Amino acid sequence: MNTATAIRKQTIAKAMSEALASEMERDPGVVVLGEDIGKLGGVFGNTGGLLERFGTERVFDTPISETGFIGAAVGMAGAGMRPVVELMFVDFFGVCMDAIYNLAAKQAYFSGGQVSCPMVLMTSVGGGYGDAGQHSQCLYATFGHLPGMKVVIPSNAHDAKGLMLAAIRDENPVVFMFHKALQGMGWLGTVAGSITDVPDGEYEVPIGKAGVAREGTDITLVGLGITVHHCLAAADALSREDGVEAEVIDIRTIAPLDRETILASVRKTGRVVVVDDDYLSCGLAGEVIASIAEAGIPLASPPQRISHPDIPIPFSPALEHAVLPNAEMTLAAARQSIGERA
Amino acid sequence: MSKTNQPHRLWMYENMVKSRAFEDAIKPAYLEGKTPRFNMARGPIPGEMHLSDGQEPCAVGVCAHLRESDTVTATHRPHHAAIAKGVDLDRMAAEIFGRDTGLSGGRGGHMHLFDASVNFACSGIIAQGMGPALGAAMAAKLRGSDAVAVAYIGEGAANQGAFHEVMNLASVWGAPLVIVIEDNGYGVSVSKASCTAVSRNADRAAAYAMPGIHIAGNDPDAIYDAAGEAIARARRGEGPSLIEIETSRLEGHFMGDQEAYRPEGEKDRLKAMDPIPRYRERLLADGIDAAELDACEKHAQQAVETAFAFARGSALPDPASAFTSVFVERTTA
Repeated sequence: MNTATAIRKQTIAKAMSEALASEMERDPGVVVLGEDIGKLGGVFGNTGGLLERFGTERVFDTPISETGFIGAAVGMAGAGMRPVVELMFVDFFGVCMDAIYNLAAKQAYFSGGQVSCPMVLMTSVGGGYGDAGQHSQCLYATFGHLPGMKVVIPSNAHDAKGLMLAAIRDENPVVFMFHKALQGMGWLGTVAGSITDVPDGEYEVPIGKAGVAREGTDITLVGLGITVHHCLAAADALSREDGVEAEVIDIRTIAPLDRETILASVRKTGRVVVVDDDYLSCGLAGEVIASIAEAGIPLASPPQRISHPDIPIPFSPALEHAVLPNAEMTLAAARQSIGERA
Repeated sequence: MSKTNQPHRLWMYENMVKSRAFEDAIKPAYLEGKTPRFNMARGPIPGEMHLSDGQEPCAVGVCAHLRESDTVTATHRPHHAAIAKGVDLDRMAAEIFGRDTGLSGGRGGHMHLFDASVNFACSGIIAQGMGPALGAAMAAKLRGSDAVAVAYIGEGAANQGAFHEVMNLASVWGAPLVIVIEDNGYGVSVSKASCTAVSRNADRAAAYAMPGIHIAGNDPDAIYDAAGEAIARARRGEGPSLIEIETSRLEGHFMGDQEAYRPEGEKDRLKAMDPIPRYRERLLADGIDAAELDACEKHAQQAVETAFAFARGSALPDPASAFTSVFVERTTA
């Protein structure tokens, strides 16, 4: 059979479950815990088939007790296992944040490096499907702000598998965010660009390295998760309609942020628009722009950021789609940037 | 008459005395630079200081049954449990003094003591050590080891969500976990009676289908017996237990606490019931030679003096070290 070069188009959900299965096969210390991750295969499909393959000794459907089971994962990780836990929606962090930022994130530091915390916290982010403000948040900056954790988010299935492998193998706690609009669940709708070729076998996408999703010379568009696709759509329109070639940076790792890749692109283009779907103030887009300012890079026009405004995410589609960052807003900001001089 | 044998009782006595000697050495060191006007940031030991005086029986009665491979998570008041679990006393003292040779090189301090060589950790957040203890217990169970985990908490922690989540999870999973409540009657200034729906937290075990044992009298032998059963049960794979110990906090919540919330005379009554001289009297009455007890006291005192000399003789950490150990580099792939 000639499978070596076959294209394997997959969703992020499938790529995540494939990475989990591959690591569980390789390392008996990898266990998966969370709500509905067993029989159901995960509300967002990312643990499908694991229970059938690895059994209840390795795959734990937990009660709705996030403080308890995330805390337990910290203890398992300290004892040398590699637990992967799911926090179904990132919005639920309010009931269990101590286990995340006081226990997991500080175990290495408070022990002077004696005790590591090799655990992965998978959690869904993002809105756009009318689930309102307790099930639609992103909170990139909230998690990126707190030291002691790595935070990643893939924009496509290829990166999802490679980042998951890297996350499980990391000695430190990794928050693995996945965007619901990219997940590939039939009932959620999926951005087509997130479904990509996923190579068979093991490969890592390194944590701490941003990706160049599209090369260009005239303006830098920076995004993560779904907003990478907004940037790509805007770049496509700019090329087609304006004769402008945008470079698109996929942040991919929120913490530690790969400032160098972003700065290198902005040095080249002299213009930048940063797009994220988390709240605006004290946010990730602001952090990126601050880094550009600190680097003293001369810009041809003022940097721009597009984020969710500082309001709870509203329910009605008429409200939600008016405020959620999208490709049109990205394109408009890019055109303004191109038309302006600093 | 206790079922305990003499070697264990001498071990318990020596570790209670060592713990008290450690706290007695902390007191003047902590106050250095903080008089005449108390300022928590000053002196060789800054920050809050939660002393364990009076609670030593809870530490020794339980830890006498534990091996190095068993895990203990303790609270913001951790010294007695750390000593009984066998945490390196020199490096523990150095950590409390914020020195380079401390358990974590001065990154954690007195509320965040970790000694991986004896599987000891503590957390400054109420009830939050329970999850990691459950995880350590499950790691042992999943690997087929008979190691157990003990989570120490105060009585105030039994009103925290984490307590109830972990009690349920431990029972559902049949985890080899023993939860030990050190009931000293107060959460800082708020009495247990005024803020707890049940008079005995051990009764809450029934809600999670596990044994709940209540021990009155702050008695090392009674604690030893009850803990022995609970730990043996956990080692046999029969699941978790809850042990509630009525103990006493002979000092304030932290050093500097004026304790105006205590009823008049309470402190004197508690001090009159100090468990250490009472235990010495009992051991003498049971025929143990005074010379043996004196030797225990001497060993304990010497160990503490050595530890404090080590701490004071150690260098302060290089400020650059604040930036290391945030992450651990990969060692496997």
